[in-house]
Amino acid sequence: MITVKDVSVGDSLPVLELPVTARTVVQGAASTRDWQPQHHDHAWATTRAGTKDIFLNTPNQAGWIERYLTDWTGARGRLGRMKFRMRRPVFPGDTLVFKGTVTAVDAADGWVDLDLALTVGDETATECSARVAIPRDTDDNPWNRRGDDWRP
Amino acid sequence: MTDTAALEREIGERTAALVDEWTGRELDAGPGDVACERGYILAWVEATENANPIYWDEAVARETTGGWIAPPSMLSVWMRPLLFNPGAREQIRPLEMHFRLKDAFALPEGIVTGNEIVFHEPVRPGDVISTRLTVAEIGPVRSNRLGTGRPWTIDVTYTNQEGGLVAVESYRMFCYVRSAS
Repeated sequence: MITVKDVSVGDSLPVLELPVTARTVVQGAASTRDWQPQHHDHAWATTRAGTKDIFLNTPNQAGWIERYLTDWTGARGRLGRMKFRMRRPVFPGDTLVFKGTVTAVDAADGWVDLDLALTVGDETATECSARVAIPRDTDDNPWNRRGDDWRP
Repeated sequence: MTDTAALEREIGERTAALVDEWTGRELDAGPGDVACERGYILAWVEATENANPIYWDEAVARETTGGWIAPPSMLSVWMRPLLFNPGAREQIRPLEMHFRLKDAFALPEGIVTGNEIVFHEPVRPGDVISTRLTVAEIGPVRSNRLGTGRPWTIDVTYTNQEGGLVAVESYRMFCYVRSAS
C-alpha cells in the first residue's frame, strides 16, 4: 500500500503503453454507452467529422486515466479531481503512452497532485492534471472521508 | 479579407446576441434511464483493463469502500438515455444543452476539447443519478484546423436519489462550421 509518506514531488509514475485498435475505440464507446458515430462509424468520422478514423471518446479516456492512477495508488487511492484537455484525437493504430509526475503532496490531508501526459509518438494527445487522495498512513482509508474531510 | 476571416465575421455577427441569451441557462435533465449495476461496471473495467480489486473482489470492496462501487470516472454512463425505450418520457439527449446550443448557433459540428470532474460521493449499484446542465461560458469566435466556430463550457451537476452530491463535471466544447478545404 502506498501512503503520502512514500511520495515526493517529482516522483514519476510507471509508464503505461496502450496499443489502440478499432476494438479499443468501439469497446470504450460501448462501455460508456456513447453511440456518437465518430466513435464507431469510420465513414461518418471521415466524411462528417473530418477526422482520419474513429477515435477514443472522452469518457473512455477518463476511464483509462483513472485506471492508470489507481494502478499506482492501489485500492485505497480515491480520485478527487481530474482535468484533461484533448490536443489530438487518438485513432486505431496509435500507441498511447501514459506518463505521470507528482507535482504536489499535502501530507497533512493526504492529497497528491499529478500532471499526466498521454502521447502518441512525439505528439501530446491528452494532458491531464489530477488530484488523488491516498492514505496518510497504513491505518487511513480515503474512502471513509466525508463532509469537511473530503475537499477535492 | 480571407475566407476564414469572412466566416469569423459572419458567425460573430449572427451569434453575438445569442451569447448573453444562452449563458447561464439551466436544464434539469432529471434521473437517468439506467440505474448503476454491476454489469455496466464490469464492461467498464473490462474496456479499460482495470485490475483494481475493489471492482473484482467483493471482500476487498466491502473492506475498502463499504461494498461495490462504480469507478468514479463512469459518471456519464448514468446520464445517457436508452436509445430505445418504449416507455420513454420526452427524450433528453446526453449533454442536451450542448445540442440546443449547436442548433441555436447553427454550428453543426462539435468536439469535446476539455473536461474537468470533481468527485464526491461514490456511485453504488442501485443508485439512480440525476443531472442538471448549465451553460457556464460561451467564448469568442475562432478558427482552427477543423473549422470556424465558438468554444463553450457546459457544467453537469450529478446527484444521487437521496440528493447527495456525486460530482460536478465541466465539458469544454468547440462547435464549428467545417473549413472549406
